[in-house]
Amino acid sequence: MTQASTFETDQDQVALICERHQKDPHRMLDILRDVQDQFRWISRETMATVAGKTGLTQVAVEGVASFYAFLSLTPRGRVTIRLCDDIVDRFAGLPAVVEAFENALGIAVGQTSADGAFSLEYTPCIGLCDQAPAAMINDVVLTGLTPEKVREMVAALKGGKRPEDLISHRFDALSPYERAKRMVKNNVRHAGAVLLGPVPEDAGLMKALAQTPAAIIDQIAASGLRGCGGAGFTTGMKWRFAEQAEADRKFIICNADEGEPGTFKDRVLLTERPHLLIEGMTIAARAVGAREGILYLRGEYVYLRPLIEEVLAERRAKGLLGKAIMGVEGFDFDIRLQMGAGAYICGEEGALISSCEGLPGEPKTRPPFPVTCGYLGFPTVVNNVETFCHAARILDCGAQWFFDMGTEGSHGTKLFSVSGDCINPGIYELPYGLSVRALLEMAGGEDAAAVLVGGPSGTMIARDTFDRKLTFDDLATGGAIVVFSPERNILEIVEYYMSFFVHESCGYCTPCRVGNVFLQKAVAKFRQGLANPADIAYLKDLSATIIETSRCGLGMTSPNPILSTLENFPLVYSAMVKPPKDRIRATFDIQSAISDARVLAKRRSSIYDKDFTK
Amino acid sequence: MSGFSFQIDGVEVTAKPGQTIMEAADEVGIYIPRLCDHEGLRHQGGCRVCTVKAGGRSVAACTQPAAPDLVVENETPHINKLRRDLVGMLFNEGNHLCPICEASGNCELQAMAYRLGMTEPTKFPYLEPCRPVDASHPDIALDNNRCISCGRCVRASQDVDGKGIFGYVGRGIHRHIAANGPDLRHTDAEVTDFAISAEVCPVGCIIRKREGFARPIGERDYDDHLIGYDIEKKRDE
Ligand SMILES: Cc1cc2nc3c(=O)[nH]c(=O)nc-3n(C[C@H](O)[C@H](O)[C@H](O)COP(=O)(O)O)c2cc1C
Ligand code: SF4
Ligand code: SF4
Ligand code: SF4
Ligand code: FES
Ligand code: FES
Repeated sequence: MTQASTFETDQDQVALICERHQKDPHRMLDILRDVQDQFRWISRETMATVAGKTGLTQVAVEGVASFYAFLSLTPRGRVTIRLCDDIVDRFAGLPAVVEAFENALGIAVGQTSADGAFSLEYTPCIGLCDQAPAAMINDVVLTGLTPEKVREMVAALKGGKRPEDLISHRFDALSPYERAKRMVKNNVRHAGAVLLGPVPEDAGLMKALAQTPAAIIDQIAASGLRGCGGAGFTTGMKWRFAEQAEADRKFIICNADEGEPGTFKDRVLLTERPHLLIEGMTIAARAVGAREGILYLRGEYVYLRPLIEEVLAERRAKGLLGKAIMGVEGFDFDIRLQMGAGAYICGEEGALISSCEGLPGEPKTRPPFPVTCGYLGFPTVVNNVETFCHAARILDCGAQWFFDMGTEGSHGTKLFSVSGDCINPGIYELPYGLSVRALLEMAGGEDAAAVLVGGPSGTMIARDTFDRKLTFDDLATGGAIVVFSPERNILEIVEYYMSFFVHESCGYCTPCRVGNVFLQKAVAKFRQGLANPADIAYLKDLSATIIETSRCGLGMTSPNPILSTLENFPLVYSAMVKPPKDRIRATFDIQSAISDARVLAKRRSSIYDKDFTK
Repeated sequence: MSGFSFQIDGVEVTAKPGQTIMEAADEVGIYIPRLCDHEGLRHQGGCRVCTVKAGGRSVAACTQPAAPDLVVENETPHINKLRRDLVGMLFNEGNHLCPICEASGNCELQAMAYRLGMTEPTKFPYLEPCRPVDASHPDIALDNNRCISCGRCVRASQDVDGKGIFGYVGRGIHRHIAANGPDLRHTDAEVTDFAISAEVCPVGCIIRKREGFARPIGERDYDDHLIGYDIEKKRDE
């Protein structure tokens, strides 16, 4: 096959894809995902076709195609391998795995093989931190990678096997649930009373339908349930606002974007409790008067898509979704699955809504808030996977039952995703209020020198504060607990997380788009030993501006890896600082300063190149 | 709800329901610094230079609705320090060489730096991006090195000209303005478009060819007045 035909895109097929999505510009992400899957890239010609069909400008289509990491404007391999390059994976042996991939495939990370067979890429956390190093290969995921496994896999793929065949030779015969279980371990280490213990089917929904919507909301409010996605907004209040909004259409959206590095609890709920999740969404629909729902599943969890689709179909068949749910006349509700395409910012609720609307994942201006003006301008409830699951259980077991667990202000249980340097990484369902130390003891991570609570947008704490409590008022977390042993280099961790935020900033506002790049560069200076004492104040000062002026939660929290380590690990910074000598800036390096000129002049410097005489 | 009043830096301001803090301030002649906002265009809330403290919270004045009895801080040392940081970020994100720039003297970025008292380089690193110049169009040139991603041209073309010749592409630090086609010549851009007019692009990115230095240095917008003068003079009237 020649190069051209390998990467050619049949525009008739593109047109068909547009037709399949009713040429709806709001389905742009679905259209472009389908094109990417079929042709492995989105060419200019393709963008023109899609623009023509959907009535958008070509640059608007390009705006979407160029925003999402899983869409690409240059040809990608028929087998695209995406390696999680998070710090957890690096510490778990990623470099050797990368080397094995590069050698076996004959391409470097970032490249596509000339025959169009393979691409190798890095991607941030894919939610498999408890079984790192992990990778996506097209729509399947692989965990616990070693160089030996990689060599075997690549040989099999080169021998014509599909990525699916790497999971099981009878992949197609397996149920979606069995497939997910073959790919990924749940690693449930501690099941609590609410979510991961025994859960009766649709008991909450049944009880909800016997009540008025107002009574449902009263119960959720009385339970003390707060959002589990990170921000901790009171769920009952959110539902009440949406219920009170007057509109022809209302929407329930489940946020299954789970992008915060170190978080993988929703992955386990989506695998083990998908019915409970849909039950919770259905109860929310009943409570606020919504007839339409969307489940936004992060692109990295595409391996769970067949499972979710099966669950939705099953519930439609049983009358638990669709018209007159459970026989209640006038109670209609259905859910569509929206796949993401590789963008952490899409977990932010405004960006999530933009993404559902087929736009680049940019947050919305607030106010107005989604509860009054959300998806397509209609009142919308956005909740995390775990929040909906809790809601369904509260309706079954009662508000008081839930309220009595946990502590003042943080009621019920919480799923913690523990990963990094511990013996038992995985999921722990525990009542709020436990200390970090207690959780570390359960997970076999007592030796930790540092624990990142809440992911990079959370707080990095040191040994002397392990007695702090996992509650909304002390150490709030969407669930991520990343454990680092004393061998780990704190500044390496911080630099990685800053590069993560640089990569994931949407770019809409100045402080986050530009400021985070400056922060990353400043941390790099510390790591290279080129920082001077004034740079510590500079880090704090710049961080404060970014936090205060950013437009959304990403920029408002992105300096946290720096600020919390400056506070809790001040010595790692001061140890790297050198006082400036004699008016010479330590950052000034004559060799790099003249390197561009050297290239332009096509000769070396007789003064500064030491080996000039050689 | 009828009109209500609130405070900006101690001055009583009346506002109509639905007005933003900036809109209400403009009407009474209080200037709140801005770069991405422009009268007659949709609000974007991207540059954040209009950050004010409203009821103790920092918000963008161009998108934040005014509210009864709100207490707003605009010209405080703290807020102006934030603004200097933001303007510094915009400078160092692109490639700005004012002495050789056609926009010098008419440029809102440069004028904002003057207004905020930025007289020396900041501590920020220069990102020195490699950005192509698009001179393909017979009447218009785009020097993206000076673009501050304010999106005024995008909104002007979309909403006023009804064309959509510009759009944003990319993400994060790579997000930038692009023409609706391979280059500007392959769009239906015309030099008479509002989007191309002198008032839309705040800097020297969108350039109308053969018009350079039509107004000499010394007679330019901000040679005699600070940026914001046109709004502030309303207060004296
Ligand atoms: C940058 C950013 C990323 C976020 N990512 C997620 C996410 O992956 N999942 C999630 O549920 N919430 C995420 N959130 C929080 C959501 O904006 C929102 O608060 C949440 O979905 C509301 O649901 P809850 O109240 O049930 O937690 C994120 C917020 C920000 C600012
Ligand atoms: S803070 Fe960052 S992610 Fe949020 S809108 Fe601004 S650029 Fe986008
Ligand atoms: S656009 Fe403005 S700030 Fe940039 S070089 Fe020109 S005059 Fe200077
Ligand atoms: S070209 Fe000018 S108007 Fe358009 S975004 Fe750039 S700076 Fe703003
Ligand atoms: S999967 Fe690599 S850190 Fe989460
Ligand atoms: S003027 Fe308000 S954010 Fe730019």
